[in-house]
Amino acid sequence: MTIVEKASALDARLGTLLVPAGGFAARARRDALERLTAMGLPGRRDEYWRWTNPTDFAATEPKPAKALAEDEAPIFGTLDRLKIVFVDGVFDAAASDDLALEGIEIARLADAPDVNWASGFYGTLEAAGQVPVKRPFATLNTVAATDGVLIRVTGKPSKPVNVIYIHKSDRSDPILHHCIRLEPGAELTLLENGPAGARFNGVMEVDVADGARFHHVRAQGRDHDPRAITHIFARIGAEALFKSFTLTVNGVLTRNECVLSLIGDDAVAHVAGAALGDGAKDAFHHDDTVFITHDALRGESRQVFKKVLKHGAQGIFQGKILVKPGAQKTDGYQISQSLLMDDDCQFLGKPELEIYADDVKCSHGSTTGAIDETALFYLRSRGVPVEEARALLVLSFLADAIEEIEDEGLKDEIVSRLESWLARHRD
Amino acid sequence: MEQQIEVREGVDRETIETVQNMGSYKYGWETEIEMDYAPKGLSEDIVRLISAKNDEPEWMLDWRLKAYRRWITMTPPTWALLDIPKIDFQDIYYYARPKSMETRPTSLDEVDPKLLATYEKLGIPLKEQALLAGVTAPEGERQVAVDAVFDSVSVGTTFREKLAEAGVIFCSISEAIREHPELVKKYLGSVVPQSDNFYATLNSAVFSDGSFVYIPPGVKCPMELSTYFRINAENTGQFERTLIIADKGAYVSYLEGCTAPKRDTAQLHAAVVEIVIEEDSEVKYSTVQNWFPGDEDGKGGIYNFVTKRADCRGDRAKVMWTQVETGSAITWKYPSCLLRGNDSQGEFYSIAIANNMQQADTGTKMVHLGKNTRSRIVSKGISAGRAQNTYRGLVSIHPKATDSRNYTQCDSLLIGDKCGAHTVPYIEVKNNSSRVEHEATTSKVDDDQLFYCRTRGMDEEEAVALVVNGFCREVLQALPMEFAMEAQSLVAISLEGSVG
Repeated sequence: MTIVEKASALDARLGTLLVPAGGFAARARRDALERLTAMGLPGRRDEYWRWTNPTDFAATEPKPAKALAEDEAPIFGTLDRLKIVFVDGVFDAAASDDLALEGIEIARLADAPDVNWASGFYGTLEAAGQVPVKRPFATLNTVAATDGVLIRVTGKPSKPVNVIYIHKSDRSDPILHHCIRLEPGAELTLLENGPAGARFNGVMEVDVADGARFHHVRAQGRDHDPRAITHIFARIGAEALFKSFTLTVNGVLTRNECVLSLIGDDAVAHVAGAALGDGAKDAFHHDDTVFITHDALRGESRQVFKKVLKHGAQGIFQGKILVKPGAQKTDGYQISQSLLMDDDCQFLGKPELEIYADDVKCSHGSTTGAIDETALFYLRSRGVPVEEARALLVLSFLADAIEEIEDEGLKDEIVSRLESWLARHRD
Repeated sequence: MEQQIEVREGVDRETIETVQNMGSYKYGWETEIEMDYAPKGLSEDIVRLISAKNDEPEWMLDWRLKAYRRWITMTPPTWALLDIPKIDFQDIYYYARPKSMETRPTSLDEVDPKLLATYEKLGIPLKEQALLAGVTAPEGERQVAVDAVFDSVSVGTTFREKLAEAGVIFCSISEAIREHPELVKKYLGSVVPQSDNFYATLNSAVFSDGSFVYIPPGVKCPMELSTYFRINAENTGQFERTLIIADKGAYVSYLEGCTAPKRDTAQLHAAVVEIVIEEDSEVKYSTVQNWFPGDEDGKGGIYNFVTKRADCRGDRAKVMWTQVETGSAITWKYPSCLLRGNDSQGEFYSIAIANNMQQADTGTKMVHLGKNTRSRIVSKGISAGRAQNTYRGLVSIHPKATDSRNYTQCDSLLIGDKCGAHTVPYIEVKNNSSRVEHEATTSKVDDDQLFYCRTRGMDEEEAVALVVNGFCREVLQALPMEFAMEAQSLVAISLEGSVG
């Protein structure tokens, strides 16, 4: 697209948005609009969208997407948690819990008071995450997000917070923006689950102050049709910990961007993902795009991304570790692996390193191939039926990513979803 | 095995001696010789003039003009991780020829002694009985045929008769255009089309000379072939074009070397190398690139913007690129393999060293199109001083390239905290019977290893050279012997001044 075309595509998109007026975020929204106007929306020829077509995200209207009829108990359902429910992007007070909890303040973007901790924070990490690569859909989100949660953690809340997304309308087009701040030494486990709408644009800004610990586990739902672009922007302070895991099964088009910055010494950031896609029913296109910046001493980062692809499914991984000058003793690790279950699947990847400090240990690995026939043969020779053997090998392939979840209960929840997905997709 | 260890030990000793004895850039001198220049700048007239100087047929001129007309509509690529100063393409001489080459010498005896002395001094004697200088003859005489390119012209090619007996054609490309038009017409631009990229298109318009190799079916080339590129004239660009054709069942090993004088102003080198590999044939292409890298502050040096590609057209065709990139102020170079034939193979072994203000963005493309194709990439990048060194590569397995295999290993070594090492691999896998593996690591020179060397009485620079040579050994071992020795000492020289 030329600059003119980009600008007109953006105008068309902006024309369909209802930008909330007033409120504490008004100024940040105006700034974001200025930035967005300067960058325009991405087109097919943008290097950063080399393997994922951004057209559906840029289009004025979402493509219709049917909601899947519930046929299994919702994930995390048995856990003690604080529920915050959005139906097609609209807060559902009746289905949500009381937002009061010891050690944590929870408010919503849509009805937050004009003076609150998130003014001066909303949009800042998103803006900082625009260098060196532009992420216009995140900026669009800052401009036009209709709701989201604002969570400030001062202590160690007794239970996790669970943001639940429910997709009902075929044409819903939610834009949600969450702001999370963990004060020094605070701890939070945040759970997200469900498809948020026919087309979802999500941003989560997370500020993890010195010594704080943030755990994030996300399950993106089983609906076949929806499209989602999500962004996590996080800033991690000294001796702080950030851990995020995402399970994606199904979905025509999903792009999960994760932009992490280790700004304090001895910070730790792990981001992991397991994606399983079956292209037999509609398409499956899953894109993990990760950018980790080390800007302090002795930082540790880990990226573990695994994809299992069937029937023409496509998996994308773009991961980058940037080590800034002076970020000595950095330990950066990245692995992306794909299991192609049949011949029509594709894996496209770009695992990058950009390093400006010498006393570092950085490595990345990437492998792509079919299931190990020898292992399959071994299991069958021990009397394991072929489909079960295959499922077992898939689970073992995904194990490294799942291991990134610290909490055993949450790990079990994820594994049970994987098992049921594999059981449904045997052939 | 034993022999290998011996060679390595011998070379290590030599490396250390070289470091002690040498000034930084050994080939920085200039030959004083009278030159003929085409007027500065680029226009259709210059393209016509280059074509006329080479006595080219009409079709060749048309081909050049077509490229030129396309080039003026193009812009230089900006995707590499390079900071390239703006190049004024009108401030370059596109053609420079020693006056003595005005009447083409018919044999080496007629070549200007000054030119012969230049190559002698570079260690490339243009004499048919001689080996590359500095190499003691191993058992059984080993011969290397040389095509020597000086600025814009080829000054001579050795062993032509002996090669002709085997049916091998080895001559300058300008000669091939006159003598073997059917071959040139058939293959020129068939691997790197005129429209390929900005610098390849520029080359297509203005290339002045280069080497041409044709190995007929079933022939194993009786000796190694080589081209030695020397830039001598100031403000002159070198644009050479190399075309190598290995017909069915043929084999050739080809070596390339390059140097240039020390100058304050940067010079452009935009070459194209095309290799056609037919069924069951094999080509090994080895480069030791030692263009002047510029001084410590980044003044001068060669901008090396090169397009190299091998096309494995037939089944079971095989190509192996080995490169040692130590010179050039800026390197932009991606020797690639199109693996079209079933069971064809591509290999890429690379050492890229960037010291002081050097910038390198180099790597390869492995495009798997045929079934059961294999590729292997081993890249070793070393950054020192304030240099930036990037590996950029593509491995693409197309849907029909079933049962293919790629293994990639990219290692980077950083010496000092002012330099950068980067890895940008693209991986595209479009079927499930293939297997692709990629590994990359970045680390610094191991303190324990350095300490060990120091306790054995080496000074710090020697120790670094030794450790770095160890880091590169997989690639060094892939080089033909003479080159391996030259490369080892170059590794040491290039890193001079990077420690302490």
